[in-house]
Order: sequence, then C-alpha cells, then structure tokens
Amino acid sequence: MNLARVYGSSLGKKYIMAITGLLLFLFVIVHMLGNLQVYIGRDAMNAYAELLKSKPGLLWTFRTALFIVAVLHIVSALQLAAENRNARPERYAAGKPIATFASRTILVSGLIVLAFIVYHLMHFTLGVTNPEFLELHDSLKRHDVYQMVVDAFRNPWVSAFYIISMGLLCLHLSHGVSSSFQSLGIRRRATAAALNRFAQVAATLIFVGNCSIPLSIYLKVVK
Amino acid sequence: MNLKLRVWRQENSQTPGNFVEYKADDISPDMSFLEMLDIVNEGLIKRGEEPIAFDHDCREGICGTCGMVINGVAHGPLGATTTCQLHMRHFKDGQLITIEPWRARPFPVIKDLVVDRSAFDRIVQAGGYVSARTGGAPDGNAIPIPKPDADLAMDAAACIGCGACVAACKNASAMLFVAAKVSHLNILPQGKPEKNRRVLNMVRAMDEEGFGNCTVMGSCEAVCPKEISLDFISRMNRDYLHALWRSK
Amino acid sequence: MKLDAKIPSGPLAEKWSKHRNNIKLVNPANKRKFDVIVVGSGLAGGSAAATLSELGYKVKCFCFQDSPRRAHSIAAQGGINAAKNYQNDGDSVYRLFYDTIKGGDFRSREANVYRLAEVSVNIIDQCVAQGVPFAREYSGFLANRSFGGAQVSRTFYARGQTGQQLLLGAYQALAKQIEAGGVKMYPRTEMLDLVLIDGHAKGIVVRDLVTGKISSHAADAVVLATGGYGNVFFLSTNAKGCNVTAIWRAYKRGALMANPSFTQIHPTCIPVTGEHQSKLTLMSESLRNDGRVWVPKNKGDNRPPNEIPKEDRDYFLERKYPAYGNLAPRDISSRAAKEVCDEGRGVGPGGRGVYLDFADAIERLGMNVIRERYGNLFEMYERITDENAYKTPMRIYPASHYTMGGLWVDYNLMSNIPGLYVIGEANFSDHGANRLGASALMQGLADGYFVLPYTIGDYFASERPAKPSLDNSEFKKVEEEVAERTKKLLSIKGGRTVTEFHRELGKLMWDKCGMARNEAGLKEALEKIPAMRREFWEDVNVLGDGNELNQSLEYAGRVADFMEFGELLVYDALQRDESCGAHFREEHQTADGEALRDDEKFAYVAAWEYQGPDARPILHKEPLVYEEVHLATRSYK
Ligand SMILES: Cc1cc2nc3c(=O)[nH]c(=O)nc-3n(C[C@H](O)[C@H](O)[C@H](O)COP(=O)(O)OP(=O)(O)OC[C@H]3O[C@@H](n4cnc5c(N)ncnc54)[C@H](O)[C@@H]3O)c2cc1C
Ligand code: HEM
Ligand code: HEM
Ligand code: SF4
Ligand code: F3S
Ligand code: FES
Repeated sequence: MNLARVYGSSLGKKYIMAITGLLLFLFVIVHMLGNLQVYIGRDAMNAYAELLKSKPGLLWTFRTALFIVAVLHIVSALQLAAENRNARPERYAAGKPIATFASRTILVSGLIVLAFIVYHLMHFTLGVTNPEFLELHDSLKRHDVYQMVVDAFRNPWVSAFYIISMGLLCLHLSHGVSSSFQSLGIRRRATAAALNRFAQVAATLIFVGNCSIPLSIYLKVVK
Repeated sequence: MNLKLRVWRQENSQTPGNFVEYKADDISPDMSFLEMLDIVNEGLIKRGEEPIAFDHDCREGICGTCGMVINGVAHGPLGATTTCQLHMRHFKDGQLITIEPWRARPFPVIKDLVVDRSAFDRIVQAGGYVSARTGGAPDGNAIPIPKPDADLAMDAAACIGCGACVAACKNASAMLFVAAKVSHLNILPQGKPEKNRRVLNMVRAMDEEGFGNCTVMGSCEAVCPKEISLDFISRMNRDYLHALWRSK
Repeated sequence: MKLDAKIPSGPLAEKWSKHRNNIKLVNPANKRKFDVIVVGSGLAGGSAAATLSELGYKVKCFCFQDSPRRAHSIAAQGGINAAKNYQNDGDSVYRLFYDTIKGGDFRSREANVYRLAEVSVNIIDQCVAQGVPFAREYSGFLANRSFGGAQVSRTFYARGQTGQQLLLGAYQALAKQIEAGGVKMYPRTEMLDLVLIDGHAKGIVVRDLVTGKISSHAADAVVLATGGYGNVFFLSTNAKGCNVTAIWRAYKRGALMANPSFTQIHPTCIPVTGEHQSKLTLMSESLRNDGRVWVPKNKGDNRPPNEIPKEDRDYFLERKYPAYGNLAPRDISSRAAKEVCDEGRGVGPGGRGVYLDFADAIERLGMNVIRERYGNLFEMYERITDENAYKTPMRIYPASHYTMGGLWVDYNLMSNIPGLYVIGEANFSDHGANRLGASALMQGLADGYFVLPYTIGDYFASERPAKPSLDNSEFKKVEEEVAERTKKLLSIKGGRTVTEFHRELGKLMWDKCGMARNEAGLKEALEKIPAMRREFWEDVNVLGDGNELNQSLEYAGRVADFMEFGELLVYDALQRDESCGAHFREEHQTADGEALRDDEKFAYVAAWEYQGPDARPILHKEPLVYEEVHLATRSYK
C-alpha cells in the first residue's frame, strides 16, 4: 500500500473522505444515544457523563482520534472542493443542474456543521460561551450535565440554532453516507437503492433524535 | 415552428466569448437539432455572417463528435440521446433555446461550440488498452467468457467518448468516462493481467489533466447518451482500492 | 501503361502463404530507420498504424476528426464476417471466398478475395485478444448471426455497435503505440495533397484544421486509408466528413482510380423526410434476419400497415428470391425496393419507402429476443421517426452507403505509384461490383493488421527508397499550390453556399447515376457537371479566413473535389456498358429485371489515369482472370 499514492490521487482523497465521514457518522449516532438519556433523567445522564470522564487516558485518546478524523475530513474536503472549482470555472447561463440539492450543497452544509461544532464545543465542553455551565453540580457532586443541557435549551435562540444545524447535518449525511459507499466501491447495482434508503433513514433519525432534545426542553416536556 | 436561439460565439481559445441571439424560422419538427443549426448557418452565410462552428460527423449518435449544452443540459432535454439524434419535435414553438459549449478547464473552447477533448485520448493512452500485439493471438473461443460478463463489458464499452459527463458534472469530473473505459477492459479475462496498472495509470492521467473529483452527484449518468451506469464508477473505486493495496 | 497486379503464381489456396515466404524482410534494427505516413485512423488506418509501429517503423498518423477513435468505421453496426465455422454449418475459407466473389458479381480479383477470406479468422482472434466484447452465447463461446448474400451464419457482432467496438480495439492498440512514442498522432489535420519525388510517394501536405497552418510531412512510404466517397451523392449513410479528397489528390498526382462507378446502395435506410435532410441513417442489414420486407399489393392502398391483411401484402423479396428471401444481396434488394416504389406501391410520405415488418418475428421469438437482438436499432428508429417499430413496421428505403471503387492497388496493396499504399474502403480491391454485408470491416482489418505490414516491408527491402527531405523543392511547390487553392476558395465570396452546390451535385448523381443508370442520363450528367463546377468556382461563398478553424472552408475543399470526381464516376458508369452487381445499366437486364453481365467485354478492372483538368482521362484495363471459380450468372432465386 503506497500512502503517498493514496493522498496524492483524487480517488485516494475520496477514500479518506468516505472513511472519516463514516467515522464521524458513527460518532454522531453514539453521541446522540448518549444525549437521549435526558429522557431517562438527571441521574442516568450525569452518571454517563461521569463514566466517560472517569478514564482520562481513554477519553483523551478518543478525543485526539476524533479530532484527527475531523481534521482529515475537513482538510481533504476543502482540497477536493478547491480542485473542483478549479476544474470548472464557469457556470452555464441557462437551466438548472440535474443533481439532488443535498449533493450540490455538501460543502456548504459541511461548513455550517463545522461552525456548529465549534460553537457547540465552546457551549458545552470548553465553557467559553457559558462558563457557569461547568460550575453546575448535582447532589452527588457530579458535573450536572443534565442541568447544563436544560438551561442551555431554555434559550430559544440556542435551540433554534441547534435545530437548524441539525437540519444541515441531516442534509449532509443524507447524501454523504450513501456517497461514501460509492466512493469506497461498496455500492452495486443491486444494493444501490437500499444504501440510499439507509442513508436517508439514518440522517432523518439523527435529525429527529437530536432535535427532540432542545424542543422537548424548550416546550418544558423535560424540566 | 419558429425559435429564438441564444448561442455562445467565441473567436478562439484566447479571446473571450459572448452570447448572440438568432432567429430560427419555419423549422420542421422532423429536423434534427443539427439540421436546425445547418439552416441557421445557411442563413448566416447568406447574410455574410460567419456560421456557428460546431463539431459533428456521423450524425447517428455513435461517433461522439457532436455535443453542446442545450438549455443547461448536455446533449439537450431528451435522455439517452446525442445532440445529433435530438429532433426538434422535442421543443415548443417560440421557445428560447440557449446553446453553450462543454464547459470544463480540461476542455478548452477552440471556437464557438467546438472544444478540445484530447484529454480523453491521453487518458486512454495511459493504459486504456490490452497489450496484445498483432499476430499470435489464441483462437477466439480459447477463453470462454460468461455471457453476463461479456454483456457487462459491452455496457461499459458502449461509451462514445463525447464528454457530456464532464460537461454536466458540477466538478467537471471525468469519472464516468474513465470508469467506463477501465471497466470495459478490467471485466474481461483478456484485460485481467494489466488490471491494476491500468486503473492506477488511467486515474493518474485523469488527475493530471485537471478534471474534478466525483462527489457522486449523478448528473453524468443522467445526461450520458449511452446510459453508462454509476455502478462503473463504484467498480473503478473498488478496482483502484485493490490496486493501491497491491502497489508498492 | 501496363497494369501489373503482381499476383503470385501457384494454386489459389497457397498464393498468400507462398508470397509471405518469398517477400523480402526488413531486419528489426533497420525498421526504425523507415518513416511511414498513414492517412486515416479508421479500421484500416488505425490497425495499420498500430501494427507498423509494433513492428518498429516510425509512424505518423493523420485524421480530420478530433480523435482517431471517431473515424467513420465507428458507425458500422451489423457485424464482421469470418470463416470460423463455429456454427458447424459447413462454412469454410473457400465458401467465404466464393460468396464474396459471387456477391461482387465476378468483378473482383480472385487472389485478393481468397487472401481476405484466409485472414478473416485471424482478425476475430486478434480482436478478442484486444478485448472486443463480441456477443456470446451462454456457453461463453462467440455468437454468430447471418447476413445478406450468405447461407451460413458467419457474422460476428457486438450488439448493434460492431464497428465501434472493432475501432476501439484498433484505437486502443494505436493509443498504446502513441504512448510508447512509436506513433505520432495528428488529429484535426487534413491531407490536402500528395508529394512525389522522382515518381515515388515521399510525403503529404496537410492543413492543421485548428490553426489553418499548411505544412509538409516527408516519409519513406505513404499509406492512404481515407475511407469511401459515398458523400458524392450528398445524401448517404456516411458521416458528414467522409470525402474523396485524399484519394482524389493522389489520382491527380498519377495514381489510377479503379471502378469509381461501383457504388453500393444500401436497402435498409430510414427514408428522407424533407429538404432539410442532411444525411441518411442506416438500419443495420441484420434486421433482415427477422424482419420481412413488403409493400401493399395494389397501388394507392394507404390503409395503415396493420390494417392491411396478409393477402393484400406483397412480400416481394420472398416472392422473387425464394432461396434467399429477405436476405438477398444489397444491390438486388435495393433495386427491388426501387421497382415497387416506381410502380407507385411505395409507402410513407412521398411514396419512397417499403415496410420492414417484425410482427411475425415477435410472434415467433417473443418481444424480448427481438429487443435483445435489435433493441438499440429500434430505439434509433424511434428517435428519428417517432414511430415504435415493435408496434408498426419500420419504413425503409435504399441509400448510398459504400463505395467499392477506389484507388487501384496491386496484390501488395500498392498503387501504381511506388511507395503509395491504399487500404480499406479507399482502395478498390476486394468487393468487385458489390460488397456483401459485414465484409468491409473484415477487409479494413485484414489490410491493416495482416496484409500491409508484410507487403510494405518488401518495398523497403527491395527498393531501398532514398531518404526524403523536406528541403526538396517539391514540398514547397505543392504547399504553395495548396495555399493558392485555399486562398481562391476564400476569395470568391459569391452568392451560393457550399451546401447548395453539394446538394445539387448529389441530386444529379443520385438521379442519373444512382441505383439504375442509362446512357442518356449519364450523358446528360456529363453535360451538367462541368457547368456546375464552373459555377461553383465563380459563385461559391466561403466566409472567414484560412488561419483558424473554418469548417466551411474544409467543406468547400471537399465539395470542390466531389465536383471533379463525380464526372469521373459518370465516365466510368458510361464506359461499363453492362450491368453487374450494384452497377445497373437499364439497357442490360433480363426479362425479370436482373442484372445482365457481359463477361466477354467487361471482365476487367477499369483503371483511370488523370490527364489534366477538363481533359478526358485515359482508361486502363486490368483483365480479371479466374483460375478457380468459373463465371456464373449470379442467382439468389
Ligand atoms: C452506417 C454504416 C454502417 C456500416 N456497417 C457495416 C457493417 O455492419 N459491416 C461492415 O463490414 N461494414 C459496414 N460498413 C462499411 C464500413 O464501416 C466501412 O467501409 C469501413 O469502416 C471503412 O473503414 P476505413 O478504415 O477504410 O475508412 P474510415 O473508417 O472511413 O476512416 C477514414 C479515415 O480517414 C481519415 N481521413 C479521410 N480523409 C482524410 C483527409 N483528407 N485527411 C486526413 N484524414 C482523412 C478520417 O479522419 C478517418 O480517420 C458500414 C458503413 C456505414 C456508413
Ligand atoms: C459530524 C460531522 C460530519 C459528518 C458525519 C460527515 C460525513 C460525511 C460523509 C459520510 C461524507 C461522504 C464522503 C464521500 O462522499 O465519500 C461526507 C462528505 C463531505 N463532507 Fe462531511 N461530514 C461531517 C462534517 C463535515 C465538515 C465539518 C465539513 C466541512 C468542510 C464536511 C465537508 C464534506 C464535504 C465537502 C464532503 C464531500 C466530499 C466529497 O465527496 O468529495 N463534512 N461527509
Ligand atoms: C442536540 C444535539 C446535541 C446535544 C444535546 C449535544 C450535547 C452535548 C453535550 C452535553 C456535550 C458535553 C458532554 C460533556 O461535557 O460531558 C457534548 C459534547 C460534544 N458534542 Fe454534542 N450534542 C449534540 C449534537 C452534536 C453534534 C451533531 C455533534 C457533531 C457534529 C456534536 C459533537 C460534540 C463533540 C465533538 C463534543 C465534545 C466531546 C468530548 O468532550 O470529547 N454534538 N455534546
Ligand atoms: S460516459 Fe457517456 S457521457 Fe461520458 S463520454 Fe462516455 S458516452 Fe459520453
Ligand atoms: S456528475 Fe460528477 S460528481 Fe460524480 S457522479 Fe457524475 S462525476
Ligand atoms: S455526430 Fe456522431 S455522435 Fe453526434
């Protein structure tokens, strides 16, 4: 296996896009499952968060890995996009492109998701936007993640931003996931339709799952 | 029927081009699109204006010479049809038709609607062949080929090299063309020995020519006059991965 | 001038192998010292350029299309013949040879045709090895179909795109040699003249169609593989770019033009729809395997086809030729169609068409089999006519399709000019007065892969041609002549377009010298053509200038040559006062309208020698000697 060849070639970069994309996709799912624990209650959620933080070694290897994956994904995305622009400087004067909206806007949706992630980290993890969040502790002196989330989404603007971002993530994945199967050469005539379905269903579930949290908090279903 | 045309006119690759409006009057629905342009050109010559330059030869949808973007769609509105096989009955009386050349950096405009597609030839030269020198070939029936394989190879080999896939692709990617060429030979037993070299070299050539990357938008498949399937792109991605794995 | 066909002695079946053993070879080290120019990248040119380069010669290859892969061979649909006898139906080299000679109505050279049949089997092997995806049976073995003029099933095919696939095979072999540096390819470059030095072909003068630059190329030998001249009729199944220019220029430099009047009219083309028509589309002859040709029994019966009951239909081919039925050879089928239309029984707009009906075949074999066999042809038909041939019968009518005539060549495919070789449709060699279906692809590839590469070596080895040099004044001289002519075309700025002239010439040729010819008509044409030509040079309007892409200029040059060539074609038709194959002189037919040959007087190849503008060319005759077959009246009844 010649790594220079991998990164040096258009197809190689696409493999990286696809693999990193799928990994991020997995993270988003797992992460969502974790977050859905708000419905079980404060104790479950905080316990889960505590569990994650209990093994710093593991946590940090995971964070680094995730970071590298994200960077690879984003960097190759930007490179590929630049090459594409360069290959096709002018647009056509008439007509509209024959391609799904999701596929045409994959870069934009990606960039907005990126913006979301940055805000999201400042929001919950780094305590930049709301330092007070990190001071919340429950009766067991654990970081009160549950309260943090509830407080956060009481703010309609924050909820709105999350929901919009989820919409774009969903758009991104609805194309991205099926596309990655094509990029990796997994897609075949027989399986094509099924894989597209899968991507759309998965994307929708992520959208519904993630959005339900700010919504139900804002609507006081979760207090 | 009478039509309004907006046609891209460009002296040569250096000078910038622009749209010029023409009228195409009493056009018969039985005319092919190129015959319609022939008539417009006859009129232009009579008026002492230079006719619109466009590439064409067989006018049977097989040589792959013709090709223009009609109202934003490569080869025009009718699916699975080259420009020369498109007939005027698919347009409405009084319609405005915008005609542009293939647009892609690796396909520089030579004049008006004529572009330079030699990049495709260079990609094939990089490995789109079976190295079987003339003479000394075994009997044609020495290697039986399962009918499904032969048919699949033929599906890929049907590509006429028109470049509509590149023209339609937002990224000006040549993946469909290259995938078709690679698959045609990689599927057949005769092509197996050079399978890996072929895909590696042809993809390299494709990248060097400056074509874009495939973000799986599918416009290429939609406009391809020979209905070359996206599956071949997937197949090439597979072949390439396998070849990379083997490569040192 | 004495025409020497250089046919090797000895029994027919051994001539070629004997010849191959006797001709001189060039040693490998010396091959790269020889430059060869190949004009044309079709099946003939492409395969020749690739093979010569594989052998070690330095090759330059030219074509006017933007890529060698677009040569007109790409349009061939039906298939390619080979005497493989895979079907075990009694086929053999001899049968293929005999069918071809007979199909050509005994006006072709025995030795050439036998060699063609002999190498036909290697062609299939070669193409399979290159990855040509021929149709296969479930066994995995190659499939065959039958074709006009044969009672065995020996035609190999790749869907309806056989020519495309064979050409891609040759193109890929060529691409490999280009990459290897053995071939320098010049696309979008048109040959506008041939350069002779001391009587030997030493180079060509070309125009770069993009920059307009006129330049010369020198070589030790020149190979013309520039295809047919069917476009002299304006409407034909040929690609728009097909032209006579290359061989016409060679003719004017002294090469002999043989049998120009042998032009084939293909029976199964889509009828003309109107004045705007720019070309005609062929429906592969293979359709005649399952389609039945008919017209209404009585004239003026304009019920829709499906409402005309069997008893009111005239399946005229089956009626007149029971043995071959719908698979009767092209010239015969075409004339039969013309006949019924002349009787006023033609169908469709203008009454110039006959039905090709698949109803029975669909009943017998089922929709899917028919779709599998002809799907893409049916689609093509619907695209053009807007009619669904699965439901209503196709309408077809004959159209100019192939030209058997061309530059005269000897057994080695060398013209009377030393060092000038002519291969493929551009030469006259193998098809006599009529070509059988699926045999042109065979000939193009036979010439390019398996004949020329051997015979050209003999010329180099025995003649040891002197090295040509571009400094030679001849090149400059010819370049100036070419530039002069281009300037002239651009300077006229008259009142009529090139297309108008081409249409006018085509119509005249079709009416007076098309499917059927007679003395009066031919003489009339001889009156008109020179006048038309004069008017062309006074009143044609070619805009733009010479130093850029200028399609009207290219076209004007080609039509100008057709204007001269057309006259020679008519001379030849007039001179040949017999009917044979595609050349049908109304004066010479049997009671039931079959061609009447006159072997006493006309068993020869008519080779014309140029005598200068407006001077009558000189006719040279190469007698056709038949050692193996005895001349019989061709009967397909
Ligand atoms: C519609 C159609 C269907 C056919 N179907 C069949 C079939 O089923 N079976 C069969 O056996 N035959 C068939 N034929 C006939 C067969 O295709 C041709 O006879 C054969 O392909 C000719 O090949 P070629 O190499 O001699 O010439 P072409 O393939 O015509 O190549 C001519 C080459 O010469 C070049 N050229 C010409 N003039 C110049 C110039 N002045 N300067 C530079 N380059 C020049 C062109 O660019 C081109 O590369 C068919 C023909 C047609 C029209
Ligand atoms: C959680 C975050 C993300 C996930 C789950 C994700 C997932 C994916 C997946 C699965 C693909 C398909 C890869 C392919 O087509 O082979 C993809 C493609 C893409 N992603 Fe992301 N992505 C994410 C974030 C981003 C970000 C932040 C960007 C910002 C630049 C981005 C830009 C792109 C682009 C441009 C493509 C198309 C690349 C191509 O096909 O050439 N993505 N993404
Ligand atoms: C409504 C949806 C979401 C909610 C409620 C949510 C909630 C949270 C919370 C509470 C944390 C902090 C966990 C802790 O500090 O213990 C967190 C961390 C994080 N979230 Fe989200 N998240 C959501 C969506 C997303 C999405 C779509 C992405 C990716 C595209 C994402 C990426 C991350 C990352 C990268 C971290 C940091 C993980 C770490 O600390 O290592 N989140 N999220
Ligand atoms: S893949 Fe289709 S669109 Fe692209 S070149 Fe081939 S035939 Fe034309
Ligand atoms: S349109 Fe372009 S993005 Fe890929 S699928 Fe076709 S090449
Ligand atoms: S002109 Fe040959 S494909 Fe259109």
